[in-house]
Amino acid sequence: MSGVPALLVEDLWAGYDGHIALESVSFVIEEGCLAGLVGPNGSGKSTLLRAILGLHRPWRGLVLVFGRPADRRQMGYMPQVEVADWAMPITALDVALMGRYGRLGLLRRPGRRDREKAMEALDRVGMAHKARCRLQELSGGEQRRVLIARALAQEARLLLLDEPFAGLDAPAQHELLHLFQGLRGEGRTLLVATHDLTCVATHFDHAVFLNRRVVAFGPTGEVLNEDVLQKTFQRHLLLVREGGIYAEHS
Amino acid sequence: MLSIADALAEPWRLEFMQRALLATALASATASVVGCYVVLRGMAFLGDALPHAAFSGVAAAFLLGGNVYLGGAVAAALSSLLMGLLGRRGLLKHDTAVGVVLAMAFALGLLLASRRANYAVNLSSFIFGSPLAVSWGDIWAVAAIGGGVLALVALFWKELLVTTYDPAMAAALGIPVAMVEQGLMLAVALCAVVALKAVGIVLVMALLVVPAATAQLLARSLPAMMAMAVGVGLLSSLLGLYTAYYADVSPSASVVLTAAALFFLVLLGRRGPRLLLRRAPWTGR
Repeated sequence: MSGVPALLVEDLWAGYDGHIALESVSFVIEEGCLAGLVGPNGSGKSTLLRAILGLHRPWRGLVLVFGRPADRRQMGYMPQVEVADWAMPITALDVALMGRYGRLGLLRRPGRRDREKAMEALDRVGMAHKARCRLQELSGGEQRRVLIARALAQEARLLLLDEPFAGLDAPAQHELLHLFQGLRGEGRTLLVATHDLTCVATHFDHAVFLNRRVVAFGPTGEVLNEDVLQKTFQRHLLLVREGGIYAEHS
Repeated sequence: MLSIADALAEPWRLEFMQRALLATALASATASVVGCYVVLRGMAFLGDALPHAAFSGVAAAFLLGGNVYLGGAVAAALSSLLMGLLGRRGLLKHDTAVGVVLAMAFALGLLLASRRANYAVNLSSFIFGSPLAVSWGDIWAVAAIGGGVLALVALFWKELLVTTYDPAMAAALGIPVAMVEQGLMLAVALCAVVALKAVGIVLVMALLVVPAATAQLLARSLPAMMAMAVGVGLLSSLLGLYTAYYADVSPSASVVLTAAALFFLVLLGRRGPRLLLRRAPWTGR
């Protein structure tokens, strides 16, 4: 570890048409962390990820990735799944290969090395045997893993994942979580937007609680308390104490 | 009595039929490839609007004695820019922007055409198509423009693929999504120009959408989808022109109807048993 944080966000303001989505957001994610970005719907999670990537121009503020101004090619990104078009005739390998496009620049085609990297990435997420399958033929959990392979094929050290658990059943969620923990073990940093509190509480090292502003950030064990949850989720949350773990009810 | 071989060969002994086949085949091949993106992105309305918008340029060029292909291309390109601009700035929803520009440009074309009553007759060949009146000059123009469009698709293959599949991801990878989309609109506009004489403005959308929709039912990858779409396009051109020749009906209409017939045949072949056997759900009555 170099001591430089993987991600530093300072005094970030952003919004749409005069409506504020993010208010003076500041936090730090250390390298090699599995960090949760937690907040209710409309709390600005997606906007924050898009602002970090430079897809949404913030009004003001600073974003540093590994100590340097953000270069989106260093960041693997998985958008919310409903954004992608699943009806397209395209194989898992084609999708993983897209992770290489950013390095190629305009007009250049992916070569053999790019194919190898894409296959390695599929192998890493346990999808190499389905490389030639059409995306539509894969289950929800398998599709997410292909999208993560795409981020890995980018050889990015920081992965930004927007609601990867949405719509998955419990076993698929668990497998995905296992994969995230493995990737963290290899030194990658993951920032995962989710509103699944239980998952963050039990499996994530760090958490950023967001509701337009940062309510709290830091090691999950230290920042997760009733006050933070109330401020983050407000009336969307009913707290039930279950042996020290907070369960969420929207 | 005519043998089958004679019957099959007979139309192509006439030079105007050869030219008709070449022009229709070039137009349907180009439109089938670009049409795959039109179908996958759900922009069929745009595929109808841009040809109509091209008509204003065709009419203007016709009246001023200029090149109708150039006129059509310029008008369609300007219209696609205007549609993109209105839609992107958040002023209008994208299909509303397309509708406004479509109506305006097509009406402008009609207005220009009405200035000279005797020209209106000739202009109608661009609206409804007249492949039998295609000249060798037309074929060269169509081949050049069509070849250019296909070269652009090949050149920007990965950019078109990723922006069609996942625009958010494409932007995150640093691909200029808006520019690629504008380029694709331009390619659709150029297809309209290529297909102008073969099927006419009203039916260009059919060449863009129907072969690609047929291929989508069968293909497992985008290259396969494009190859199949081109196959369907070429087969429709051939069968359509035979029908037109022997039944003495409009060639552009028979080409399009042949394509539609192929679509329904494939649909029935692929989904037919299920489509026919599926009962209405039990409603409790």
